[in-house]
Amino acid sequence: MKTVLTISLSSIAGHIHQWLEKAIGNPTIVYLIDMVLVAVCLLVFLVLLCFFLGWMERKVAAFMQIRLGPNRVGPKGSMQIVADTVKLLFKEGLTPAASDKFLFHLAPMIVVIASMMVCAPLAFAKDFQIFDISIGVLYVSAVSSLGIIGILMAGWSSYNKYSLLGAMRSGAQIVSYELSIGLSLISVVIMVGSLKMSDIVMSQSDGWWIWKGHIPMIISFIIFVVASTAEINRAPFDLTEAEQELTGGFHTEYSGMKFAMFLLSEYINLFVVSAIAATLFLGGWMPLHIGHLQSFNHIMDYIPSSIWFMGKTMFIIFIIMWFRWTFPRLRVDQLLNLEWKYLLPISMVNILLVTLMAIMGWHF
Amino acid sequence: MQASIIIFYCLAAMIIGGAILAVTSLKIFRAAVFLLFSLIGIAGLYFWMNYEFIAAVQIVVYVGGIVVLIIFSIFLTHHSGEDMKSPKLARSIFVAIAASSGFALTMLLILQHQFFASSGNVVEPTVKNIGTQMLSTTENGYLLPFEVISILLLAAMIGAIVIAIKTKTKA
Repeated sequence: MKTVLTISLSSIAGHIHQWLEKAIGNPTIVYLIDMVLVAVCLLVFLVLLCFFLGWMERKVAAFMQIRLGPNRVGPKGSMQIVADTVKLLFKEGLTPAASDKFLFHLAPMIVVIASMMVCAPLAFAKDFQIFDISIGVLYVSAVSSLGIIGILMAGWSSYNKYSLLGAMRSGAQIVSYELSIGLSLISVVIMVGSLKMSDIVMSQSDGWWIWKGHIPMIISFIIFVVASTAEINRAPFDLTEAEQELTGGFHTEYSGMKFAMFLLSEYINLFVVSAIAATLFLGGWMPLHIGHLQSFNHIMDYIPSSIWFMGKTMFIIFIIMWFRWTFPRLRVDQLLNLEWKYLLPISMVNILLVTLMAIMGWHF
Repeated sequence: MQASIIIFYCLAAMIIGGAILAVTSLKIFRAAVFLLFSLIGIAGLYFWMNYEFIAAVQIVVYVGGIVVLIIFSIFLTHHSGEDMKSPKLARSIFVAIAASSGFALTMLLILQHQFFASSGNVVEPTVKNIGTQMLSTTENGYLLPFEVISILLLAAMIGAIVIAIKTKTKA
């Protein structure tokens, strides 16, 4: 079966690399230029994505609450976020007099860098990945734990009791929910037998894990989505920035572009978490194939892999946004109970089930 | 000069600079952050050597675990925002002598030691190999130390829970 359309993201990247090799020759310099190009592309992609997500969040919120949402700036209010960004650019970046200046300026950078580094092993399309590291999933869970340090740093250096309380809540929340995230990731790793992102995607060519692994996989998918909503501090787990209690949590004292960086990292985290859920449970860039319906499968194959990946990711982002407008915020004790008394024991039992399934070969 | 050597020296500067700043900083929270940089540098060194699994474990355990724990204990300490008193001159001189003589001794031993490549069979540091070695009882298997350490960690966890547990007082 020959595909008619041969333009793909991986072939474009390959052509650029070959052209650079011809034009320059020195492999080290070509490698360096490759890295710079990749970094610039990723930055532009993530910033545009955050613009889109900011707009999407408002529109989803409006849809859930039966109102219109932004509709003045640009078509359907799509340029509202640009106006907001310009406003943030012109705002004065205040630094509290009593703050620890060095850490105060460092904190937003660490948060953004940590969330951008997690994008490295994501498979955006077929054969289109920044760094297919052999420990993909472990790398993701390791690097995403760096962000918490930035949040703690921001809360501490602001010299403000609300910031400090917000940071401590955030720390307790992220450290505890990381456990169930890790355990639900491990259930996929047990099935695949590899931590590498490309292996995980390839293992789903005959069916996505959420279908192949039936009930235990569905449980770990739900646990992953719930726990990662808590991990990225989004409602209903947004105790860290609960306006009514803490004015703004760890970023109370931040304004202007430094505040924008926290916002940016929040949206990047939302994207990363959804992308990982899509890769591990929903087959990444793999098209949807249903059993022996040959013609249906062929039609699905014509949809580019990047669109499959982004579509699945957007679906999970929509679900997480849906949570925000459906559930009321949890109290701190409810939050910790949910993790330690429900999610963690369930995911531990679930891991045993998954292991049993993998040994006995009960999955499809 | 090779690029990998430049990267090595950058990482080394990060590790040593972070360590020195962590010790000399008078603000305790900053000291924790500099320690963090030093530990990340060590993880970078593992990445540089292609020991990706060990590098990730380094980040998970030290950055995600230990440094967060240290920061939490700083948060819960009284007056931790104030500068610490700078140490007495005599004391700092003595510490400098002790540290530099220790460093000199270590360097002397390292420079005199003749390194030769290990003659044992080399195993690729992939996750699969590490797992197999860890749980095998054959030659080069590490099952016994692995299990002993597991029991030690379990005992430590149970101990921590026993200390932290609240017994209900009679009303």
